[in-house]
Amino acid sequence: MNELVGYLVSGVALGSSFALIGSGFVVVHRVTRVVNFAQGSLAVLGGMLSASLLGGRLPHGVGELVAVVVCGAVGLLMGILAVGRRGTPPLISLIVTLGISLLASAAIIWLWGQDPVSPPGLSGSMTILGASVERQRLLVLVATLLTFAALALVFSRSYLGKALTASASNPFAARMVGIDVRRMGLVAFALAGVLGGLAGVLVAPTNALSFSSDLPLALSGFAAAVFGGLTSPLRTLVGGLCLGVAGQLTAGYLNGSYQTEVALLLMLVIMIARSKSFVAEEAK
Amino acid sequence: MLHVEDLVVRYGSAVALDGVSLQVEAGEMVALVGPNGAGKSTMVNTIAGLLKPSAGSVRLEGRVALVPEGRQMFPDMTVEDNLKLGGWSIRNRDLAEVLDLLPDLGSLRRRKAGRLSGGQQQMVAVGRALMARPDLLVIDELSLGLAPLVVDELADHLRLLNRERGTAVLLVEQEVGLAFDVCTRACVLDAGRVVASGTSSELAGTEVVRRAYFGDLPRPEDLNTEDMNTEDMEEVIR
Repeated sequence: MNELVGYLVSGVALGSSFALIGSGFVVVHRVTRVVNFAQGSLAVLGGMLSASLLGGRLPHGVGELVAVVVCGAVGLLMGILAVGRRGTPPLISLIVTLGISLLASAAIIWLWGQDPVSPPGLSGSMTILGASVERQRLLVLVATLLTFAALALVFSRSYLGKALTASASNPFAARMVGIDVRRMGLVAFALAGVLGGLAGVLVAPTNALSFSSDLPLALSGFAAAVFGGLTSPLRTLVGGLCLGVAGQLTAGYLNGSYQTEVALLLMLVIMIARSKSFVAEEAK
Repeated sequence: MLHVEDLVVRYGSAVALDGVSLQVEAGEMVALVGPNGAGKSTMVNTIAGLLKPSAGSVRLEGRVALVPEGRQMFPDMTVEDNLKLGGWSIRNRDLAEVLDLLPDLGSLRRRKAGRLSGGQQQMVAVGRALMARPDLLVIDELSLGLAPLVVDELADHLRLLNRERGTAVLLVEQEVGLAFDVCTRACVLDAGRVVASGTSSELAGTEVVRRAYFGDLPRPEDLNTEDMNTEDMEEVIR
């Protein structure tokens, strides 16, 4: 019994990082209907930058903040390339982001080499309900909950959030009422850069990141986002937590090396089960 | 208010509008009628700034708002959010004025716009355009796909809006009867050109309007109806 509680607690902590990465997918897709394949690269960049900045004697807090801000700027740049030209179909933008992610891997090798990098984070662990959880993972959980609360507020309450949502809901009508759809897309990409950077900065201390970490990070985040139909922040959070718990249960009771496969399998099941709602979304 | 002069709009090599001129004065209600493919929607989209003219000019004094063909809701958002976004260009989020004019929208506020009936959506589309506090309201196909009773109600709202706020209206319609009934002045568009313009009463029932819609087909009253049954006549008109 104690064992089970332990897996649940560590699963929730792990799952919150999936959700945090997934939030970037949600923001970009909700506003532009583009799946940003470079979302994982943004997280890797965030982790690498914070490692270098903290190594360069920037104090904690400042180093992480600078890394996140730079990732936001990189996200904006990605947005300019992917959705900067008016009328670019989402599928073309998606392929552009795929190209950017390949380019980003090369750039990361060039700048940081091939070895995994891990910036310092919170050290030590705490015991919760009999399960030992690293304090850094708890920080991730708290940051994730705050981020999702903020996202939900922005999208459901703020005027800007409604305009962001309207841009993808009906681009023609959005332009007609004077919403600059292109600019909204850029805002979304910049926000996704910040979210991706934040995820990387927070995850890297417990999971060392290398140039090739972008794909596993993106996959787990994407799986969480698929739970939310790639549009709902709240359901993405739930999805991330479910995936984390499922992964930890698999690792605990079966075999640790099956974790990724279980996540992928869950994603497949959800995509098939929800395929109707995806189609309906496009048909609107 | 709206001065369109010698407007030419091309899609590639196809000419959609070929030297069209049209004026709408402040507080006026003008109809733009014509059959399918006459260039009405091109005209609307050019006035709204969504299309660039190849030649000629569109000059606007004051704000213009558009009620587009097919309503163009934000389907998964509430009526309230649809309306609020209508005021985006002037950051107007206050619904009171529009609900005062279109009280029926009050009870629909929390409903998803995509779930409403066509008539309700059209009312939301009008309300959304009014949120931008326009001096000129351009309406593309008010009656399309709506029951006559619903259209009459919408027309009443337009008259009220024009009378109480002095908002000018450019009504783009296929339904000539409705257009002439609501508007005092009208312009007939056919194949990208203005073929007639004048007051609605002057134009009503004239040859040029009929020809724009039916081409050079013989008029029903010119046909020897004794030799034809109604089915044949409908065939000719079609």
